[in-house]
Amino acid sequence: MNINALDLILKSDKNKVPEGEIYGINGPVVTILGNPGFKMNEMVYVGDLRLVGEVIGLNSEKTTIEVYEETSGMKPGEKVVGSGSPVSCVLAPGIISNIFDGIERPLNLIREKEGAYISKGVSVDSLPQDKLWETHITVKPGDRVSGGSIIAEVKETRAIVHKVMLPPGTEGTVKEICPDGSYTINDKLITVELSTGEIKDMTMCQRWPIRIPRPVSRRYSPTMPLITGQRIIDSLFPIAKGGTAAIPGGFGTGKTMTQHQIAKWSDADIIIYIGCGERGNEMTQVLEEFTELVDPKTGNPLMDRTVLIANTSNMPVAAREASLYSGLTLAEYYRDMGYHVAIMADSTSRWAEALRELSGRLEEMPAEEGYPAYLASRLAMFYERAGFVKNLNGTEGSVSIIGAVSPQGGDFSEPVTQNTKRFVRCFWALDKSLAYARHYPAIQWLTSYSEYTKDLSAWYSENVDKRFMDYRNQIYYILTQESKLMDIVKLIGSDVLPDDQKLTLLIAKVIRIGFLQQNAFHKEDTCVPMEKQFKMMELILYLNKKCKALIALGMPVSVLERYDIFDRIINIKYDMPNDKLEMFEEYTAAVDRFYDDVLEKNG
Amino acid sequence: MIEYLGLKSINGPLVILEGIKDAVFDEMVEFDTDAGRRLGKIIELNKDKAVIQVFEGTDNMTLDGTHTRLSGRPMEVGVSEEMLGRSFNGIGVPIDGLGDIVPEKKLDINGKPLNPVSREYPRNYIRTGISVIDGLMTLIRGQKLPIFSGNGLPHDQLAAQIVTQSSLGDNAGDDKFAIVFAAMGVTHDVAQYFKRTFAESGAAEHVAMFVNLADDPVVERLITPKVALTLAEYLAFEKNMHILVVLTDMTSYCEAMREVSSSKGEIPSRKGYPGYMYSDLASIYERAGIVKGVNGSVTQIPILSMPNDDITHPIPDLTGYITEGQIVLDRTLNGKSIYPPVSVLPSLSRLMKDGIGEGFTREDHQDVANQLFSSYAHSEDARNLAAVIGEEELSDTDKAYLKFGDEFESRFIGQDPSDNRTIEKTLDLGWELLGLLPRAELDRIDTKLLDKYYKPYEE
Repeated sequence: MNINALDLILKSDKNKVPEGEIYGINGPVVTILGNPGFKMNEMVYVGDLRLVGEVIGLNSEKTTIEVYEETSGMKPGEKVVGSGSPVSCVLAPGIISNIFDGIERPLNLIREKEGAYISKGVSVDSLPQDKLWETHITVKPGDRVSGGSIIAEVKETRAIVHKVMLPPGTEGTVKEICPDGSYTINDKLITVELSTGEIKDMTMCQRWPIRIPRPVSRRYSPTMPLITGQRIIDSLFPIAKGGTAAIPGGFGTGKTMTQHQIAKWSDADIIIYIGCGERGNEMTQVLEEFTELVDPKTGNPLMDRTVLIANTSNMPVAAREASLYSGLTLAEYYRDMGYHVAIMADSTSRWAEALRELSGRLEEMPAEEGYPAYLASRLAMFYERAGFVKNLNGTEGSVSIIGAVSPQGGDFSEPVTQNTKRFVRCFWALDKSLAYARHYPAIQWLTSYSEYTKDLSAWYSENVDKRFMDYRNQIYYILTQESKLMDIVKLIGSDVLPDDQKLTLLIAKVIRIGFLQQNAFHKEDTCVPMEKQFKMMELILYLNKKCKALIALGMPVSVLERYDIFDRIINIKYDMPNDKLEMFEEYTAAVDRFYDDVLEKNG
Repeated sequence: MIEYLGLKSINGPLVILEGIKDAVFDEMVEFDTDAGRRLGKIIELNKDKAVIQVFEGTDNMTLDGTHTRLSGRPMEVGVSEEMLGRSFNGIGVPIDGLGDIVPEKKLDINGKPLNPVSREYPRNYIRTGISVIDGLMTLIRGQKLPIFSGNGLPHDQLAAQIVTQSSLGDNAGDDKFAIVFAAMGVTHDVAQYFKRTFAESGAAEHVAMFVNLADDPVVERLITPKVALTLAEYLAFEKNMHILVVLTDMTSYCEAMREVSSSKGEIPSRKGYPGYMYSDLASIYERAGIVKGVNGSVTQIPILSMPNDDITHPIPDLTGYITEGQIVLDRTLNGKSIYPPVSVLPSLSRLMKDGIGEGFTREDHQDVANQLFSSYAHSEDARNLAAVIGEEELSDTDKAYLKFGDEFESRFIGQDPSDNRTIEKTLDLGWELLGLLPRAELDRIDTKLLDKYYKPYEE
């Protein structure tokens, strides 16, 4: 959207507030007869309790509003009052390490005010209004500033410096500045003479409509991976910073666990974790764990770089639909400061179901499986807000989106998975049979893919090793070979295979158990640095090479199998601490000894 | 109070009333009909026209002879500690002939969503006395753990056994434990069976029973779990008790939802179930949990029969996405006369890892459970292999696995319906079975624990 047009929306005339009267109520959908003059997507206050709602349909006969809270107890005839602006997020220091509901209301404050349960109509400020922030002003009088320019810095948490920016769409010259010191988010920091001649006081606080992407200067193509410390992701199916990935899987396959692992260990600067229509206990777990766990890079609690948005499955469905957009808006705001932000959306299927539920209440014509026909375009709008960009202020930042998908019955042919596949470039398919065999992470290597491997290969050869992509392809090739051979084995048993094919099965087993399986509860194995991942691949391939040589000399696989070298290599993930990578030399030597020993005893 | 005479229309369980004033969305209404007093709820409101869902069904109601009164309040139920030991119908009216309940409080049955920051993460267990559940998929206080069953499988027997045997385990101190049992759409025989079993075992005193029979009105069925959970929340969070809620059969509940939705003329999504089924089920299941600062908990065991044993059917599917694990019953095991026929591999308790082990059950619990899972999975592979190449051709290790698999099924999964095993006994039995395997095969157990507990099997 054009920035000036947007500016007009944001600064629209507050004096003429339209008002209407409730006519019909059907769950979260409220209708008003006639057209009192609301705008599409305008935020409105509904009823005597002033519940927050949004205008989602306008025609000359009626205005349709979705209400973000329970509507029970509401009466026809109660007032609906407009707010003049679209549903927006408040952006200022105080966001990080907070936990919000779907429309940016802090759950801690709601608890203080209302007790253990969430009542409707509770009105709380999104961010602490009277907290004083130690502020350092970074501009001086006479500076030219425009939308996105950084005007001040605030240490928001131990890990994050919050950069106060001019809202997009403003431009002018700094006239006055306040001295460095402690300010609240609504205190004046600087005065700007706008290019229109207007003099305006700037605070730390700005608002942004959740459904509109924040403007950027330009988009880059992805060149840097988001390192997650998870072997199957980093080495086989990497995601780029600014990339998109989907994790589909039936229940019990470990979607949430995978998201938690990435949220904990990825090298993003900021994590926005959106619990969208999921379990309450899971959010409690994230809160507890992230407060205790320490970020390996900074040594601070993980909560210092995390924002939680919790709209659990029993909270109102309309706010669930909004929660993804709120998360995106917060992410884009921090991206504009030059941070790499990763969004975990768990789960986008619940969001799609919220769309379906609202669409049903609006009596729209359903498309596939009752989902509205605009499901695909909404998904596209969501995932396309990811990207690696140059910001308006010249810094570089990224928003990566990792969305869980919960397909019904684990069947990937359903509409949400299929449409998601069209817009994401990384697909980590979780598999029920792997999960039943307790092979975690249960990412199926044959059905998963990453379109980023090519884009990122330059980064890998520069930062990890020149041979990285080659090794990765070899490992992947062995795994695909194994699956072909397994089809034969299922029919006639493995005994009849020639020895070189038996060896492929043996090495593939080492790869599956020793490399792909990763134990999230093990101190060393939960997060593995790239160098160790590379060396593990190298060692496995070295073993493969040596075994092949032995087989070429006529040694049967049954002889090789008697050696414990295979088990030892499988256990490297537990036995070798991540900071003792020199131990790989011992293992290489052990492979050599194994080779010599086989030759000596059987040669 | 204004009384309205006459209705505009009646359609299935729904009636439409016109010309009303000051009606409130979601409020309770009372009908005086030729057929007696009935209750309903406003589910859609357009100016002066209300769509009302009648809980007891619309049989014998007439358009002209119905008097309607608005209550101005959402549906409430009176709750009291006295309700333990009593039986009620699906909307909380006593049916045991022992007189009315004097409520200590009246509560909205819909409850309110629990703020995620007010939740306490569940970390202690409930002992069911059933080895396969306690050992491998431990029920944690504040958890929701459904049983996925099928028609003809002994889920009723299992539910009754859980209700009569469950306790807080040995580290509970003075904490009080009680059970709220809600039956939706069960047959008269099954209802009788439950009543009799509870009475015979002496468990009836600490059980509150809510029964909606298969031929009771369907709309009442939609209320039953909410009434039961309202009582459970009251006892747990205001009276500091640990409450286990058993809900059977959720399939009937969902069928009722579909029936009502279709008579409302709503657009169906999967298999005719309404699009909001996920949210609706969540509003029930998410009421399990623990509130910070309160020494009480609500734990749920919903039981559902999978139509045609299909775990991908919308009802088990949506349930599985909300609940914290599942216990799956299996027809093949049932065919082998193994009770309870719990299919171990697809079953899972997500919260188990944080509520067992030292301080709760025993130090070796997690390792033993992991090893039993993995060894049993291996024994299945050995079985498949034996089916192809014959048992004689198997290696000695695989033969040991075959034996382990059989013994595991008959002794660890299999258990007498009246056998109430302690955690100690369950874990010791696990070690006894693991003794059938060579020590080198036990790769999921810490060496120290192996030294302490592992004994090879001697004939």
